[in-house]
Amino acid sequence: MRIVLTIVGKDRVGIIAKVSNLLAEHGVNILNINQNILEGFFNMVLIADMSSADVSLKDLQKMAVEIGKEIGVEIKVQHEDIFTAMHRI
Amino acid sequence: MFDIKDILETNRMITENNLDVRTITMGISLRDCAHPDINVTAQKIYDKITKKGENLVKVGEDLEAELGVPIINKRVSVTPISIIGESCDANSYVPLAKALDAAGKAIGVNFIGGFTAQVDKGYTKGDKILIASIPEALAVTDIVCSSVAIGSTKCGINMDAVAEMGRVIKKAAELTAERDAIGCAKLVVFCNAVPDNPFMAGAFHGVTEPESVINVGVSGPGVVKRALEDVRGQDIGAVAETIKKTAFKITRVGQLVAQEAARRLNTQFGIIDLSLAPTPAIGDSVAHILEEIGLESCGGPGTTATLALLNDAVKKGGLIASSYVGGLSGAFIPVSEDAGMIAAVERGSLTLEKLEAMTCVCSVGLDMIAVPGDISAQTISAIIADEAAIGMINNKTTAVRLIPVPGKGVGDVVEFGGLLGHCPIIPVNTFKPDVFIARGGRIPAPVRSLTN
Repeated sequence: MRIVLTIVGKDRVGIIAKVSNLLAEHGVNILNINQNILEGFFNMVLIADMSSADVSLKDLQKMAVEIGKEIGVEIKVQHEDIFTAMHRI
Repeated sequence: MFDIKDILETNRMITENNLDVRTITMGISLRDCAHPDINVTAQKIYDKITKKGENLVKVGEDLEAELGVPIINKRVSVTPISIIGESCDANSYVPLAKALDAAGKAIGVNFIGGFTAQVDKGYTKGDKILIASIPEALAVTDIVCSSVAIGSTKCGINMDAVAEMGRVIKKAAELTAERDAIGCAKLVVFCNAVPDNPFMAGAFHGVTEPESVINVGVSGPGVVKRALEDVRGQDIGAVAETIKKTAFKITRVGQLVAQEAARRLNTQFGIIDLSLAPTPAIGDSVAHILEEIGLESCGGPGTTATLALLNDAVKKGGLIASSYVGGLSGAFIPVSEDAGMIAAVERGSLTLEKLEAMTCVCSVGLDMIAVPGDISAQTISAIIADEAAIGMINNKTTAVRLIPVPGKGVGDVVEFGGLLGHCPIIPVNTFKPDVFIARGGRIPAPVRSLTN
């Protein structure tokens, strides 16, 4: 199962480090990272594979939201299907 | 791989523009629950709903979390109770309504529809008992919804039933007078009722439907409004194109949720209902879309044309996004459930007559409209007849959900709360239709019905 993790918020040092650490700890394999800074705002979309993960999507969501609160950014973790449905025919 | 812009757009639609899936509705057949003893029937109804629907809410919540899109309502629709109750040796079906209420609460759904009779051409014994039971059933239950089909393009209009429904609505209002006639908010009168509607209060599981089924209603007026802000100043073709593309995306989400929910619940996917359903929340209004297209206020000249454009473009975008489309599929214009409609009534631009005109080009009818409590049953019946005539002649579904609020008149406001919203009382034309309604009988099916 592939997931899409998005981060939106004020830029600061170590956002990607925090998140990739979390994913590595739980066996979630990063496939692609796309990141930019727009008007001081940090936007990142990360696509990852959860097939060897040791946590459920719901638990990963909870942990990601916690990290987001800690570093002051908004983190969402979603199943990739919603984006495939909306943006691919 | 996805474009970062696409992903951020989807999440903006959800967080800023109220994109959601309005309802996952599980249709459940109760045809095997009939029994001569009404208490046995009630128990069988309770057992079947709680067994078939036991995981509905959990599956809805799981999908909501995994996909990151809100799924607002989880509901159940059942076979019309007039059919199930008919074999009972009983003169009231209120015990069956109580069984529905208890079963729905046990599995955690917020509405259960199907306290229904279909009398397009006339009554059976069960239809008569069911309709007579409606006012009490709606007063003693919380989440049961009722509907009565009184006509269709194929059958004409049953004017005896039209007359009776005027009285039933008045009685339902009286029995729930202390709660601003909330009973009437759970009662719909239909022409050309559909068997696979996922939306309340009119959902029931028609006799052509399978054992169980998942139907999904999408939403997203806020998303359409936001998309139209980007084409301000452009011609009307750009408006139609923008609505179409947005409707496509909204519907794809609904389709995904419906298929996955059906798979997890081990049942079949029925249809996606392409209706744009508003809520009283700010930024979730159909009226505001019409105003974004260029009207000073919804209800003013131009309203019917802009609504027709909106409704048609939503269908064109939605059709290609889903493999099975059905239900009501058209923009809803429930007054109390739409912040823009409420504001339009308050500023005097939206009247009952204009709403009637609007129902000619959209789904579904005169919906959630609070009227003065002293309105006569005959006047309610005549309004139902007018609305049914529009449906019958134009081969479309129309409905009436009027709320005559006891003790209140024009200038007062009714508060239903939650998704049902609030509404100022709308004035009604007071010239009398009493002689017309007293005639009874049946309006013959129109020429349009002879299509074979």
